[in-house]
Amino acid sequence: MADLSIDFAGIRSPNPFWLASAPPSNSGAQIIKAFEAGWGGAVWKTIGAPVLNISNRYGGLSMYGQRLVGLNNMELISDRPIEVNLREIAEVKRLFPDRAVIVSAMVESDPRVWADIVRRIEDTGADGIELNYGCPHGMSERGMGSAVGQVPEYCEQITQWVTSVASIPVIVKLTPNITNITHPARAAVAGGANALSLINTINSVINVDLDTFELVPSVGGYGSHGGYAGPAVKPIALHMLSEVAKTQEVIRAGLPISGMGGIQTWRDAAEFLLLGASSLQVCTAVMHYGFRIIDDLTDGLSNWLDDKGFKSVRDVVGMSLPRVSAFGDFDLSYRAVARIDHDKCIQCNLCYVACNDTAHQCIDLYNPDGIRVEPGYDERLNGKGVVSTRPKPVVREDDCVGCALCYNVCPVENCIEMVSVPSGRDSVTWKQLSVNQPAVTQDWAEMEKYREKVGIDIH
Amino acid sequence: MTERFSPPNSDRFAEIYPPMTEQEAVVEANRCLYCYDAPCLQACPTHIDIPTFIRKIATGNLRGSAKTILEANFLGGTCARVCPVEELCEGACVLGKDHEPIQIGRLQRHAVDFVQLKGIEVFQAGPPNGMKVAVVGSGPAGISTAAELAKRGYAVTLFEKRDLAGGLSTYGIIVLREPVEVAQREVESLKHLGVDIRTGYELTSREGLDALLTEFDAVFLGLGLGAVPAMGMPNEEHALDGIELIEKSKFDLSSIHVGDRVAVIGAGNTAVDAATVARRLGRDVTMVYRRGESEMTAYRHEYEFALLEGIKYEFYTQPIGIEVENGRVTGLKCIKVALGEPDASGRPAPVLVAGSEFVIPCDSVVKAVGQEKPALATELGLAVHKGYIEVDDDLRTSLANVYAGGDCVRVRGNATTVMATQDGKIAARAIHGDLQAKLQAAISAAGV
Repeated sequence: MADLSIDFAGIRSPNPFWLASAPPSNSGAQIIKAFEAGWGGAVWKTIGAPVLNISNRYGGLSMYGQRLVGLNNMELISDRPIEVNLREIAEVKRLFPDRAVIVSAMVESDPRVWADIVRRIEDTGADGIELNYGCPHGMSERGMGSAVGQVPEYCEQITQWVTSVASIPVIVKLTPNITNITHPARAAVAGGANALSLINTINSVINVDLDTFELVPSVGGYGSHGGYAGPAVKPIALHMLSEVAKTQEVIRAGLPISGMGGIQTWRDAAEFLLLGASSLQVCTAVMHYGFRIIDDLTDGLSNWLDDKGFKSVRDVVGMSLPRVSAFGDFDLSYRAVARIDHDKCIQCNLCYVACNDTAHQCIDLYNPDGIRVEPGYDERLNGKGVVSTRPKPVVREDDCVGCALCYNVCPVENCIEMVSVPSGRDSVTWKQLSVNQPAVTQDWAEMEKYREKVGIDIH
Repeated sequence: MTERFSPPNSDRFAEIYPPMTEQEAVVEANRCLYCYDAPCLQACPTHIDIPTFIRKIATGNLRGSAKTILEANFLGGTCARVCPVEELCEGACVLGKDHEPIQIGRLQRHAVDFVQLKGIEVFQAGPPNGMKVAVVGSGPAGISTAAELAKRGYAVTLFEKRDLAGGLSTYGIIVLREPVEVAQREVESLKHLGVDIRTGYELTSREGLDALLTEFDAVFLGLGLGAVPAMGMPNEEHALDGIELIEKSKFDLSSIHVGDRVAVIGAGNTAVDAATVARRLGRDVTMVYRRGESEMTAYRHEYEFALLEGIKYEFYTQPIGIEVENGRVTGLKCIKVALGEPDASGRPAPVLVAGSEFVIPCDSVVKAVGQEKPALATELGLAVHKGYIEVDDDLRTSLANVYAGGDCVRVRGNATTVMATQDGKIAARAIHGDLQAKLQAAISAAGV
């Protein structure tokens, strides 16, 4: 059994799964229930200035019959009085001393107000503070949330205010609603942050109702942007995580990162760990299925670590970061081609149409007699017996550019494989080409000559 | 719909498959891989673009989905219910290879029912081209032909000898599979296309056909088949006709008089249907067939359905007479049969086992051993082949301007609604091509 416990900037928890600051961590009663279910920690729903919430608050994105692939919200920070929250935080920490209790905070941009809330949070016994620089709606109009997160100078300033008075770890939560997330990350480092967390929700309009023409969610007929979360945002979160994890300032300062954004299963969790997260926050998946998903999250992660021979969560953190490369460093001579396993192929022929309509026209259809045929059907033939005359897709490997579209559309597991084949060319990167043969990278005629010389044929 | 139609009002006679809910249909539609040149499309005798109609269900475009279906198959609502999908589209689904095929039939029904129940007509009659076609017989072949011609601008008159149009769909398919309303909705769509439907008209002679040929530019014959043939056994007149039994069950269950124990002779799909009616009426039902399970002409899924219904089978048993006492049936006398060498049909020939006579005690005997071939064909002076109307690949008969399709030409292949529907498309295409060619020839001649 792998050790799932973590020490995140000095904050300890029995497993890396924390409830993200959000509706699931709205009250002591909820967090107690979550901890009883096995969650390792919770970031308390943001406390701060008085707010009033609206209804409706959530807009769900359904795709192909699957509910909640994405969720957007217009909910604000905690609408329960700050005193009530602080009292419950203290109570939860007393009841569960081994769990991580972190308090998310957001107040107006005044150092005295920040100093006050930091003191009150510390008085509860909480393990850490998370600065909410992300909330993209409602609070940002009041100069908080993403209004801070989007301006690195504010980010640094407020972080500095907090870290100068805080004695517990300060986590800065970054907003993805910015062109380059490494800027606010560096600002947080400069402000003395002890850790980072990302991503907050992404600005979005999730749906327009085709019957009423109203935006979803609709507040009395009107809508606005909300924060987008859930499985659909995971690829964006993974990208931003890898960017921040490779940022020199972050590495030098040794800041751990709490990863979030679409974590729904232990598989997602493992990917976040491999790209540099050392604690994990979950929200939408819990809002979809309840706290009970913690069982598979921890169990699945533990089994995966065991299968791979790792003793603890920290052993895998950042393991895939060295594989984050850049276009200019790729080996331009690496060659892969698609190969179809005809024993597994069910002849849906989606690879054929994808390759022919939108890729490089290198898949052909062959009938059972081995003769190349065009698509189409014989009107006179019918009945299930037609399956025996159905053509199968065959890759012309010489013409395959290795784009992997067929591999991606194939519905059968391991039916199409991208096989590495020798290209017969010496390894070279674009960067090397730019330095050694600059004319090739600047002039099409030179490029043509180069291709001919090394044997690159574009059909 | 006429006044005399009153649907059987019993849960045991509700459609076997409930309609799909919207969510159910969308989830199922999203399972479809949207194959390219899909095998289901080819397996369908009318070649409905199945992946396209399913995709349209997945996106909530039900009207478009229904149109995709009905463009290829005007009887899409009937076919969704009665097609042997296991043998056709669903049997060819690539997902059936290692798990469950898409429920194509139920999805099709979902889309077609949507437009029909909402009263949306997806087709309009074509601009009138001045030509007239008579269609005799309003079963699936006739309806399909009439619809395809009306869409091309022909003035079509559809003749039907019975009170209601629809033929087999209306009278011959048990309500568990297709309620009468469904067949009548298709008739209504035909009326919307301007087809003149004349019920109570029966073509009985060559004179009648000649009269039609005088009045119309072409005649399509979708005559169907006759009654259950005579078996030539004692007291056969006491047997009920399986087709009549099914017809009664569609309109008035109280008109069915069968005893507590029913013996059904035959093992085809009609026999299963007749047996199902009796069974759903609560009777003890035994099907009697002279060959075995593997020789049955009913589809495998129909046989399995019958077993689930609690219908019993007596295989390798040849009925040789009905036992009657005081005018009442008391049993079906049978003799056991052994299998011999293959006969002309390729199946083992049944050989009677001497001395093996026995009686199946019963109080009703239902005959469902096929249908008589179209006797009218010869009367009309048409060339016949093995008793069926002879036609070429484009469904032209031996008489000029006379075309035929459906069961009455079904000398080979399966007698299914979907095949009859495809016949309608083929015949309409041939009629249109032939009449246009004649018109062009006449114009050229006039020009010279």
